[in-house]
Amino acid sequence: MNLPAKFSFEIPEPILAWMGSAVKRVELSGRFIFYLREIFQQMFRRPFRQKILFQQIEFIGNQSVFIILLTGFATGAVFGLQIGGVFTVFNAEGMIGGATGIALATELAPLMTGFLLTGRAGSAMTAEIAIMKVNEQVDAMEAMGVHPIHYLVVPRVLASMIIMPFLCGIFMFIGVVGVYSIGVAVFHVDEGVFYEKLINLVKPADIMTGLRKMLIFSFIIAAISCRTGLAASKGAEGVGLATTNAVVRTLIFILLADFVISYIEVRWLS
Amino acid sequence: MIYFQGVSKAFGSHVVLDELDLDIPKGKITFILGKSGEGKSVTIKHIMGLLKPDKGRIIVDGFDISDYSKDEVRLYRRKFGMLFQHAALFDSMTVLDNVLFPLREHTVMSKKSMLSRANEVLEQTGLPHIKRKFPSELSTGEKKRVGLARALVAKPKILLYDEPTTGMDPLVCEMIDKLIVEVGNTEKELTSIVISHDLKAALATSHNIIMLYKGKVALSGSPDEFRSTKDPIVRQFFSGKIEGPMEFF
Ligand SMILES: Nc1ncnc2c1ncn2[C@@H]1O[C@H](COP(=O)(O)OP(=O)(O)O)[C@@H](O)[C@H]1O
Ligand SMILES: [Mg+2]
Repeated sequence: MNLPAKFSFEIPEPILAWMGSAVKRVELSGRFIFYLREIFQQMFRRPFRQKILFQQIEFIGNQSVFIILLTGFATGAVFGLQIGGVFTVFNAEGMIGGATGIALATELAPLMTGFLLTGRAGSAMTAEIAIMKVNEQVDAMEAMGVHPIHYLVVPRVLASMIIMPFLCGIFMFIGVVGVYSIGVAVFHVDEGVFYEKLINLVKPADIMTGLRKMLIFSFIIAAISCRTGLAASKGAEGVGLATTNAVVRTLIFILLADFVISYIEVRWLS
Repeated sequence: MIYFQGVSKAFGSHVVLDELDLDIPKGKITFILGKSGEGKSVTIKHIMGLLKPDKGRIIVDGFDISDYSKDEVRLYRRKFGMLFQHAALFDSMTVLDNVLFPLREHTVMSKKSMLSRANEVLEQTGLPHIKRKFPSELSTGEKKRVGLARALVAKPKILLYDEPTTGMDPLVCEMIDKLIVEVGNTEKELTSIVISHDLKAALATSHNIIMLYKGKVALSGSPDEFRSTKDPIVRQFFSGKIEGPMEFF
């Protein structure tokens, strides 16, 4: 056997780096699971922070309702235009309300609302908490014996899970209004036919599917946004970095969750 | 009151505390001196249970705090008041709400008695006129005083000051040093620990000084012992000169 004079086996640098980051990722996700456990533990601790909860609900609602209305209407209208174009070929314009309605309720509304709220409310949560972290306010809280997860995270998670599905419902409704406007104005659909098909096709269960999804997205948005804020590194650029990171992470997890939920519902529940 | 026995702490390979032994007496003002990055803040974070030592024991008020669970440590922290280096006031709350925070969180006092206690400490720190303002509207000196009021309000047994005068103008420094002494004099049982690199203030206001160097105690004693010491490290710190036996990095 002819071995080279000096035999050495070195793991190439990029693979080493990848292994290193993989280990780090596992460690990080371990810590994230620990964090989730802590949220659930703190959720049931006294005192219940009602005042902060309502402040947060108001904050998320105020900040996002306009953009939800605008995007909801536009999404419904554009979707209606596209679907209507196709349905005209089959003389089925009357169906556009129903068809768009299902898409809105089960998929479009939760996903779009989730994305919008990540950018609006989630990033604001991250920035606010990151600033507190950087200015040692989180340390001060710890030093006064108050659990930052109890004080900062739990109210935001609960507020999100209360108000965000509601905003998603608004998105669904205004989306249908958007389709309706297009249906009536562009495709001259009869109002009665529009309603009849809408109600025939879109079942309450479809709406529930969408809202259930949004409930899970709400948790994801708040939990990841707050966590990233709490982990912000010191220094002025820490806040900006945390905010961008939080948005990207949240979007990825929303897409992942959407896939998993849809898969479960299609494969096992229908 | 507070004992460190062989406490070591490293961040990665960077050893900050190296078998540190400390003894901080009850009801006195103790200054912990040392140059920047010497581990002063790390030391008080250990006292508060915000950091855990890699090795060694920390005994506060008769209890070994490494025996405590996380929840117990949180309860234990209620013994403390802490004034942060940059005050660390909650931006979203008024001065009054900042000061009320520890009372609302930890006591079962009535609203009225909370308010009267808060007003009392605001009076003591000379702040009653700004209690409706937000931290962003305050000067650095005012922020510090609000931080002190918040630290005092729940009647802590131990009051920690992290560099209370660093970066302040001489008048504010003087005022804060005065407040430290005043607070120490009014509350006889109160143990005050002041982190500082201000030697003059230490000599003028403390009962007891501990100087840290390379993760250990370089010298511990009364202001008089510090004035008369021959220890070259301490002498160099006194002189404020770069030339000498002290290593910087
Ligand atoms: N959480 C931490 N992680 C890593 N290093 C730290 C941490 N806290 C402090 N250090 C390091 O420990 C050393 C002492 O810090 P510190 O106690 O803040 O110094 P100072 O005496 O100026 O208050 C510094 O070199 C600092 O970088
Ligand atoms: Mg420090």
